[in-house]
Amino acid sequence: MTMGVTEISRGLAAGKFSSVEVTQDYLARIAQFNPALNCFISITDELALAQARQADARLAKGEAAALTGVPLAHKDLFCTDGVKTSCASRILDNFIAPYDATVIEHFKLDGAVMLGKTNMDEFAMGSSNENSYYGCVANPWNTAHVPGGSSGGSAAAVAAGLAPGATGTDTGGSIRQPAALCGVTGIKPTYGRVSRYGMIAFASSLDQGGPFARSAEDCALLLRTMAGFDRRDSTCSEQTVPDYPASIGRGVEGLKIGLPVEYFAEGLDNKLATVIDTAVGELRKLGAEIQDISLPNTGLSIPTYYVVALAECSSNLSRFDGVRFGYRCEDPVDLEDLYKRSRGEGFGAEVKRRILIGTYALSAGYYDAYYLKAQQLRRMIKDDFQKAFASVDLILGPTTPEVAFKIGAKTDDPVSMYLQDIYTISLNLAGLPGMSLPVGFVDGLPVGMQLIGNYFDEAGLLNAAHSYQQVTDWHLQSPELSI
Amino acid sequence: MSDWESVIGLEVHAQLATVSKIFSGASTAFGAAPNTQACAVDLGMPGVLPVLNREAVTMAIRFGVAIDAEIDHHSVFARKNYFYPDLPKGYQISQFELPIVGKGHIFISPSEGVTKEVGITRAHLEEDAGKSIHDQFPEQSGIDLNRAGTPLLEIVSEPDMRSAKEAVAYARKIHSLVRYLEICDGNMQEGSFRCDANVSVRRKGDQKLGTRAELKNINSFRFLERAINHEIERQIALIEDGGRVVQETRLYDSERDETRSMRSKEEANDYRYFPDPDLLPVIISDEDIARIRAALPELPEQKKQRYIDALGLSDYNAELLTGNRDTAIYFETALAAAPQLSAQLANWILGDLTGALNKTGIEVTSAPIAPAMLAQLVTRITDNTISGKIAKEVFEAMWQGEGSADEIIAARGLKQITDSGAIETLIDEVIAANPEQVAQFRAGKEKVLGFFVGQIMQQSQGKANPGQVNAILREKLKP
Amino acid sequence: MTLKSEDVRNIAHLARLHIDDDAIDQYASDLSSILSLVDQMNQVDSSGVTPMANPLDATQRLRDDEVTEIDERDKFQQIAPDVAAGFYRVPKVIE
Repeated sequence: MTMGVTEISRGLAAGKFSSVEVTQDYLARIAQFNPALNCFISITDELALAQARQADARLAKGEAAALTGVPLAHKDLFCTDGVKTSCASRILDNFIAPYDATVIEHFKLDGAVMLGKTNMDEFAMGSSNENSYYGCVANPWNTAHVPGGSSGGSAAAVAAGLAPGATGTDTGGSIRQPAALCGVTGIKPTYGRVSRYGMIAFASSLDQGGPFARSAEDCALLLRTMAGFDRRDSTCSEQTVPDYPASIGRGVEGLKIGLPVEYFAEGLDNKLATVIDTAVGELRKLGAEIQDISLPNTGLSIPTYYVVALAECSSNLSRFDGVRFGYRCEDPVDLEDLYKRSRGEGFGAEVKRRILIGTYALSAGYYDAYYLKAQQLRRMIKDDFQKAFASVDLILGPTTPEVAFKIGAKTDDPVSMYLQDIYTISLNLAGLPGMSLPVGFVDGLPVGMQLIGNYFDEAGLLNAAHSYQQVTDWHLQSPELSI
Repeated sequence: MSDWESVIGLEVHAQLATVSKIFSGASTAFGAAPNTQACAVDLGMPGVLPVLNREAVTMAIRFGVAIDAEIDHHSVFARKNYFYPDLPKGYQISQFELPIVGKGHIFISPSEGVTKEVGITRAHLEEDAGKSIHDQFPEQSGIDLNRAGTPLLEIVSEPDMRSAKEAVAYARKIHSLVRYLEICDGNMQEGSFRCDANVSVRRKGDQKLGTRAELKNINSFRFLERAINHEIERQIALIEDGGRVVQETRLYDSERDETRSMRSKEEANDYRYFPDPDLLPVIISDEDIARIRAALPELPEQKKQRYIDALGLSDYNAELLTGNRDTAIYFETALAAAPQLSAQLANWILGDLTGALNKTGIEVTSAPIAPAMLAQLVTRITDNTISGKIAKEVFEAMWQGEGSADEIIAARGLKQITDSGAIETLIDEVIAANPEQVAQFRAGKEKVLGFFVGQIMQQSQGKANPGQVNAILREKLKP
Repeated sequence: MTLKSEDVRNIAHLARLHIDDDAIDQYASDLSSILSLVDQMNQVDSSGVTPMANPLDATQRLRDDEVTEIDERDKFQQIAPDVAAGFYRVPKVIE
């Protein structure tokens, strides 16, 4: 069984092993299992070992931070100075980032080690990691199935023990859904908790970066480093970052948890619903008070999301034009040709679909009907949550309507893919924090339970998840990997 | 021609004089080597984000206060989406529905004694694009993004102007104002102050506006006037010939003195404006506005009024002196050295000094005669040390760098003769030497006085005080 | 909401995306189904609701006016497709 982040951190501090040893172990596992799983786009072994050596020196001097020497993987959406950053797209296949994302800087300051950049849906657009220029990622629990997306590579890497922790980004569920489908723990913080500088943008008002790990305890450690004010990001919050690892031992006695009736209606797989019920029972046993609540505008969240996200992304992706970086088509005839072929050849089909819809939604005559309307519905969705939080501390539900589906099962119908996000999307619209933790299996595939908190209550979420994880062992289970 | 009316509105883009860009910390200094002042944010690198420059906001508010405009307490940045190589992100961050400055107005003086109010629809903040050059590489254009991200204040006038003259007066007024406010250096050659004109024509009495053409690429007030006049003629001729004016952008070609249609950059012009999600609403409080208002420098209107009321200058002179902030500063500095001589200083500055500046082709800030020095010269006239005529000679010498007025007067022995005894003696000599002219004068020929004055001036090398000469001469010539 | 091939071509042009002729119909179909999904928004009356600009209704922080960036042209241009004499180069643009 591979170790978690906290365990590695303690082990390094106690001198049980060195960062170089741990890093070499993970690099060996990656070499062995990545070819079949395709979790990584880039494996930065030399860099990792150099960082590990530096970390060991720091540990020896007694100047280490909690994450010094801990090997991690980063979603290939975070700019990493001098290292390829592709967003799983042909248009950035040749892009060596000229600077570090703030999140990466935070990890570097702490002395963490970077194993490589993980696979994802192209430009974070997808829920299955089937939209990658570098091919699909396989779910380590059943390689014929998807790992979820868009942070499929990071989730699968943690599930398969190729990294004890990894970063992801979540715009409509892209941390929580793959965490659920791969049986790991992941958290999307409050909008503005983690800096977006250097995190290549999909939908600016929805994107947030967050960690994957094997437990809430591990996630707490990672989130503490990732979070914090950044003056380079106007949307980043100045609120102080709590000491998350110190906030997770409080138990859930008296904690009020709301179950939205809309999340347990038709569309939810029966077996999955049963698993969630069992998990809820565990929380009851721990002293939590469960009650029904209603989030009436849940049904609107998908169309609302797709207008906002696609409109914003259509604009965010305009900078990929073959002029200053990235893919440029061969022998452009004129400027129009340069733009159209560089972008047409560089972007995959799903990305192009989304750019087209977003462009349409913003075009003359449609702004009021689409974008403006969606921003109004967003407020209504947020108000639903605020009403609910007047009577409960946390909201609970399934992360996904079904477990991991087969690779290729939904690629012919984009809309059926979009419906996977039904439980996760509304949080992004409201800007609330949410996490997913493993609570069982259906047909051999993991089931994730989602916890939703009020603004900046990541500590509350991590605490509840940790309490659950202290009396259950779903999070300790690992898939059998065949080479 | 006379039953046609032209309707003109101007859009001015003023580059704000901040040291860093509106959304990044790169420098805005002019003239750097290509792409050496374009940081990751200006280049539109993947993952970068904008953060708003406080000074740009302050400068915009200053302008709004100066034109008596509504300042929007809640203002929003919007993305204007289009593709062009000098626009790295594929969108320009601008303002659309909620600009920082709303409706205001200024007063212009298109000709002497005439005042007209011109409305300003709005002024908003936006980022400048980079520059393209087309003559350096054979089949390619070169893109320099140093300018990308420089803050611009786009000032949009109401279509209140009815002639090229009015348009130029407006442009000059705005130019003067932004320099007074120290928010823009107004350097049209360097592109920090750009005027586009929207021109249409209609028959007099028509209420409906004609189709307008937008004129661009005008970088001097002279060209502005020519371009507008040319465009008015073109449109009238077109319509009289049975044609219709097309709404389009036309570039002014100063060499050919004509406007020509620009090949459309973005035919559809569908900018798909929406609020920029990377930026948050800008909240401005009444305290902010009050603080900025209190810190405003004296504005041209106030200055002009003060010159009229407190210094007794004429409307015309006051207008001219305050039209250019540097001229006003020169005047006030000189006045500090000679506080009683406002009218005389005004005349000397607007007359001889301006004449010399124009002839030499230099700005008042580079004048070889310092304000205090001019004040001294003018003082020497009023204290009778020299005559007005001699003063012009001294001015010339000062301009050539020969020294101060006192130094030149001493060196050249130019002191006026004011001793009445000496003057009397001179006059007596001249009268004695010219008995014919004496007789003529006494017979009634007034004009002959000039002859005597001329003679006396000649004998005295121009140094005799003309006033005294006149008075004593008349006395002595009495029959 | 159904989009025709002509609509797809227009939008693709606005977005500067080349789409192969034989793919246009598929795009029209896919986009139409997505737009039908989106049209569900019309089921709800949202009149009078203030549009949300930012999830936390936060407001813009201002930055001091100072130069904080240095010249990193070489680093940035190393990854550029075509640069010369410090300029980025594109096919000639006629104005």
